[in-house]
Amino acid sequence: MSDGRPRKQVILAAHFPGVNNTTVWADPAAGSQIDFASFEHLARVAERGCFDFFFLAEGLRLREQGGHIYDLDVVGRPDTMTVLSALAAVTTHLGLAGTLNATFHEPYELARQLATLDHLSGGRAAWNVVTSSDAFTGANFRRGGYLDHADRYARAEEVIRAAVRMWDSDGGEFEHPGAHVAIRGRFAVPRSPQRHPVILQAGDSDPGRELAAATADAIFSRHSRPEAARAFYADVKGRLPRYGRHPDELKIIPATTFALGDTPEEAAERARQIRRQQVSPQTAILLLEQVWNRDLSAYDPDGPLPEVEPDVTSPSIIQGRARMYSDPIATAADWRQRAEARHLSIRDLVIEVTGRQTFIGTPTQVADAVDDFVQSDAADGVILIPHLTPTGIDDFVDLVVPLLQERGAVRTGYETRTLREHLGLPPTNPAGRDRARSARA
Amino acid sequence: MTGPPLLLAVALDGGGHHPAAHATDPFDAGYWARLAAMAERGGIDLVTIEDTFGPPRRRDPVTVRPDAALVAARVAPLTRHVGLMPVITTTHTEPFHVASITATLDHISRGRAGWQPRVSVRPEEAELVGARSAPSGDEAFAEAADVVEVVRRLWDSWEDDAIVQDLATGRYIDRDKVHYVDFEGGTFSVKGPSIVPRPPQGQPVVGVLAHVPEADDLAARGADLVFVTPAPGDAAARVAEIRAAEARVGRIGEPLRVVADLVVFLDATASAAAARRDRLDARLGREWRTDAAVFTGTDTELSELLLAGRDAGLDGWRLRPGEMAPDLAGIAGGVAAALRAAGARPEPAGDGPGAAPDGLRARLGLPRPANRYTGSGR
Repeated sequence: MSDGRPRKQVILAAHFPGVNNTTVWADPAAGSQIDFASFEHLARVAERGCFDFFFLAEGLRLREQGGHIYDLDVVGRPDTMTVLSALAAVTTHLGLAGTLNATFHEPYELARQLATLDHLSGGRAAWNVVTSSDAFTGANFRRGGYLDHADRYARAEEVIRAAVRMWDSDGGEFEHPGAHVAIRGRFAVPRSPQRHPVILQAGDSDPGRELAAATADAIFSRHSRPEAARAFYADVKGRLPRYGRHPDELKIIPATTFALGDTPEEAAERARQIRRQQVSPQTAILLLEQVWNRDLSAYDPDGPLPEVEPDVTSPSIIQGRARMYSDPIATAADWRQRAEARHLSIRDLVIEVTGRQTFIGTPTQVADAVDDFVQSDAADGVILIPHLTPTGIDDFVDLVVPLLQERGAVRTGYETRTLREHLGLPPTNPAGRDRARSARA
Repeated sequence: MTGPPLLLAVALDGGGHHPAAHATDPFDAGYWARLAAMAERGGIDLVTIEDTFGPPRRRDPVTVRPDAALVAARVAPLTRHVGLMPVITTTHTEPFHVASITATLDHISRGRAGWQPRVSVRPEEAELVGARSAPSGDEAFAEAADVVEVVRRLWDSWEDDAIVQDLATGRYIDRDKVHYVDFEGGTFSVKGPSIVPRPPQGQPVVGVLAHVPEADDLAARGADLVFVTPAPGDAAARVAEIRAAEARVGRIGEPLRVVADLVVFLDATASAAAARRDRLDARLGREWRTDAAVFTGTDTELSELLLAGRDAGLDGWRLRPGEMAPDLAGIAGGVAAALRAAGARPEPAGDGPGAAPDGLRARLGLPRPANRYTGSGR
């Protein structure tokens, strides 16, 4: 390295393809989204590639758009922890990370499930804490209801601290007398191999970044463009000293995608094909509706963008998923301008503006790009989101990982046992040490 | 073999059901894998995995337990035939999660999932979730009936052919075949649909342990199978009570499979088995009694007792190993073999004609149920 630092190890994680249009179900090679064999395949391939962890998101309510269950993307998925526990039986070293919503799970039950998974996997459990809470999702739960933005983070922080208190109790008595989480009793699970399962967070807002700086081991970031990623990395790592933490104690791992080819041209063509699969004509219209917030079913996906302006006064037509555009009028104006300048149809435009693969190229180009991404402090690693179930990372593992191993950026075999050790994290998480410090003070 | 096979289940908990028996680590995945493999080799129909919401009760043989559903999931990929029925509690848990977990266990195990619902009425369990006070037994059982109902609706909320993957229209599902459950209960409501497509069995097997009349009614209303704990000689009377409960609640369709619980200490001679129990009692410092009858004796004696259960109207037995390793080995070995030799049990699954069918419902002689929402439109 030019600045004399040792080369960083690239953290690699495999995300099971989810329920949005990134996942291409209409490909002849696409397999089941629910059969255990699909989960087993992805996990085994990730372990063959010496990945750090497997990642599984959580579903709590089927998405709706315009009052109907959204039917163009993959729909339905299994329970997160149940699948991860089964995967512990067919893998030996791979970390097993799952999303559990801090609002819709009881802290005691959640802490016990995570500690059980940590035991049953020999120290490989990780928890991705999400804080979304809306009345739409709440309609499936006793708790129901809605928490405003500030309360979500306050509750999430209390749930994390309560969980840490339970894990630290080593099967003994605990009490967490908080405003959101006021519980006490005996935590009937002895100390697990990692003591604290690894804690991931995805929050991007200011309170989300602050919560991560205070309590997380890793951030599942959305910033995959190098400049934005470096800015995010510097911002979040800069918050750590306030909590008495070293920058290495919080790993930044963005969600990324890739397309490979034997030549740069082949890779570009492959990337283009995948994008067209991800944005079918019907999907193009529905994604456009998410900005316009109105029914656009009368428009031709191969025709020009609508003249009509987005509806900014009606309630959102999307339910069960965050709104992604803060200023729809400006977004619409920008998109119209781009489409007119280059004569793009609705579908072409949506393909262009709703996401492009992070890494496109030959295996060597992609290995270079991934390594540069990490060594230039845009990230500490990547969470790969394949477009295909279950074989989506096969080529990456077979073609790119060996090149990363050659340059010493990825391990050639597991030398550590727990996920915390794979990631180079301290043996317990900061919320626990924070508590220990205040107890001593 | 004449008549339906005698059902044979085993209850797994810690190092065995005698409180002095626990010398094992219940958080060791390898331990559970060995138990499940032993049960499977013996052709056991079903293992149940004990749990409570909060810490184990004072009368329980253990002081710590792993989450039973995650234990079942952990052994599912390592087994092919044995049914897996964890306890999942209903009082402080989210019914939506219970449905997702059980449906997922059925997918992972390819149709071998069961669920034993249990209420949580101890004040210390209420304190683990905060402000809610502990419900009375009546309240908890009424709510459990609601939980079983909503879980069954959620299992059906996707029709079997809901996933269409229609290239022409770009639709992954036919949303007319995915249904809201719109459940409004006394203590909770659930909109639905389930997040998980319909499980392979359609409806995984629900088994209720019944000690009290409220539990008899819960079983008669919502379960496929009921575990009872008759004193020796009282099995026929207990079966009659269950049949009365079925009549009382107006049960239709398949009758409950009535399965009696029995703690067993097995050895080469009856005196050796009794001596082993005595040694455990000595370690405990008192004579141990539990809710179920206790048997000490040989494989042959036990198999004769089990066969006689049919005359009392029992469909089968759930044996609770007094000491897990030796007594499970005896059940899966000599006892299972004696029952096969008597023509009361099929050959283990996959071993040719006369073999037990796969899938837990099929093993219990239960048909795959029609979906309650089929043809209902939206």
